[in-house]
Amino acid sequence: MLELEAVDAGYGATTILHGVSLNVQAGEAVTIIGGNGAGKTTTLRTIAGLIRPTSGSIRFEGQDITRLEAHEVVELGITLIPEGRQLFPDMTVRENLLMGAFRRKAREQAEATLKEVLQLFPRVAERLDQIAGSLSGGEQQMVAIARGLMARPRLLMFDEPSLGLAPIIVEQVFSVIDRIVETGVTVLIVEQNVHHTLKAADRGYVLENGRIVLADAAEALLDNDHVRQAYLGI
Amino acid sequence: MDTFLQVLTNGLMLGGLFAIVSIGLTLIFGIVKVINFAHGEYLMVGMYLTFLLATGLHVHPYLTVAAVAPLLFVLGALTQRFLIQPLMSARDEHVQIFATVGLSTALMNLALLVFGADIASTPSSGLRTSLHLGPVRILLGQAVIFVVSIALVAALHWYLQRTQTGRAIRAVAQNRDAAQLMGINVNWIYILTFGIGAACVGLAASLVAPLYPTQPTSGTYFVLIAFVVVVLGGLGSIGGAFLGAMVIGLIDSLSGFYIGSDLREVAVFGVFLLILILRPSGLFGRKNLAHVSP
Repeated sequence: MLELEAVDAGYGATTILHGVSLNVQAGEAVTIIGGNGAGKTTTLRTIAGLIRPTSGSIRFEGQDITRLEAHEVVELGITLIPEGRQLFPDMTVRENLLMGAFRRKAREQAEATLKEVLQLFPRVAERLDQIAGSLSGGEQQMVAIARGLMARPRLLMFDEPSLGLAPIIVEQVFSVIDRIVETGVTVLIVEQNVHHTLKAADRGYVLENGRIVLADAAEALLDNDHVRQAYLGI
Repeated sequence: MDTFLQVLTNGLMLGGLFAIVSIGLTLIFGIVKVINFAHGEYLMVGMYLTFLLATGLHVHPYLTVAAVAPLLFVLGALTQRFLIQPLMSARDEHVQIFATVGLSTALMNLALLVFGADIASTPSSGLRTSLHLGPVRILLGQAVIFVVSIALVAALHWYLQRTQTGRAIRAVAQNRDAAQLMGINVNWIYILTFGIGAACVGLAASLVAPLYPTQPTSGTYFVLIAFVVVVLGGLGSIGGAFLGAMVIGLIDSLSGFYIGSDLREVAVFGVFLLILILRPSGLFGRKNLAHVSP
């Protein structure tokens, strides 16, 4: 479904990703793990079209999307739930969710999608008319995930969904992600919370200093010595 | 008492005038985050267009708005697409400000070249007749400007709150990156917003031209007040700009009558500075200037 081949990318003159190749098959939940500054966020932003690769190629369902603008990537069905939630702070929760359905293919069914999505997020349903900026961090993360689902994406990417959240909220976030995976949405997750994310995923890549150093089934990575030492602290 | 009512009314009418020339400026600032120093020259161009169309076609100046507003929309959209957008990636956003200063000078000198320094008078077409409302008198043209400025604020508010595109415009203003991730074409929203802001100036120009003389420097007269109004209203706030315009209009009128017409500007700018010292984000602005609150 998604294929990155030897992608170099970065900000200005700084190259962060060095020849990153990875793929995601339809229906899979794939994770990219790695430390701070390894290039996880850069990978997702590059796929989303916010950063243009300096070399290499990105294909989605057979189509070359390497040079597409971010809004064009969204139209194809790739949605990124960005790090730090990035809600529209002065809009109500409902308006935020409706913005999620801005994509042409999602727009007409927005109201129906909203009903579906709210079943996953009863707490969000209670706060539809509140200003998004006034919600707690955990609530905002739930809105951000719900807003991502509003696009009816074919590939949903999460960037550090548990960052800065209390442990109990982290559990809730991952249980929501589990349920999204169960519904058959293809998922690509980037996380520092390695244990949770490997439990939720089918396969994983380990990214270090902008290079993929390891790729395996998620269960195998949980048992991998390097992963255990470097990321699980065991 | 009647005199006081008249002075008060004059202030409100002046406020309507200030509001209608300021709304486009605050819209562009609030969304595109560019301070458009060519704003006054947009008004001047619109006034010349009104003059040319009204005298050339022998139509009522108000009818020219059907052409002037779309033409100004195009001027604004072109400014964003070919002047501002290429500079968006510049590290220093002041570059954009200098670009609009350059555009301002260029438009002014172009007008000087084409029309000369003489005053072009758009026919007033009966808009200078006085309406008697109880004890006060109002020029018909001023009353129209006042009413239209309220209607414009209401229309923009409706557009930004209730339409899909309007919501997208607000989304871009509040979080540009996130807006892109929703599938919004941010560059297109900027072009559209600049166009709408300039079209508002076009509307203002067709209403102002029959009452005020048109010359290459017409814009500079209004733009200084427009900046005061926009800052006072809280940069980027459309409703705030309207209220700011009323405040400035009233101060102008009251001080002109009770203190002396020479000291009007001293009063206006004195109060302006005082308010800025006490409330740096403007009378109706919030701390975070980055958001649009229509």
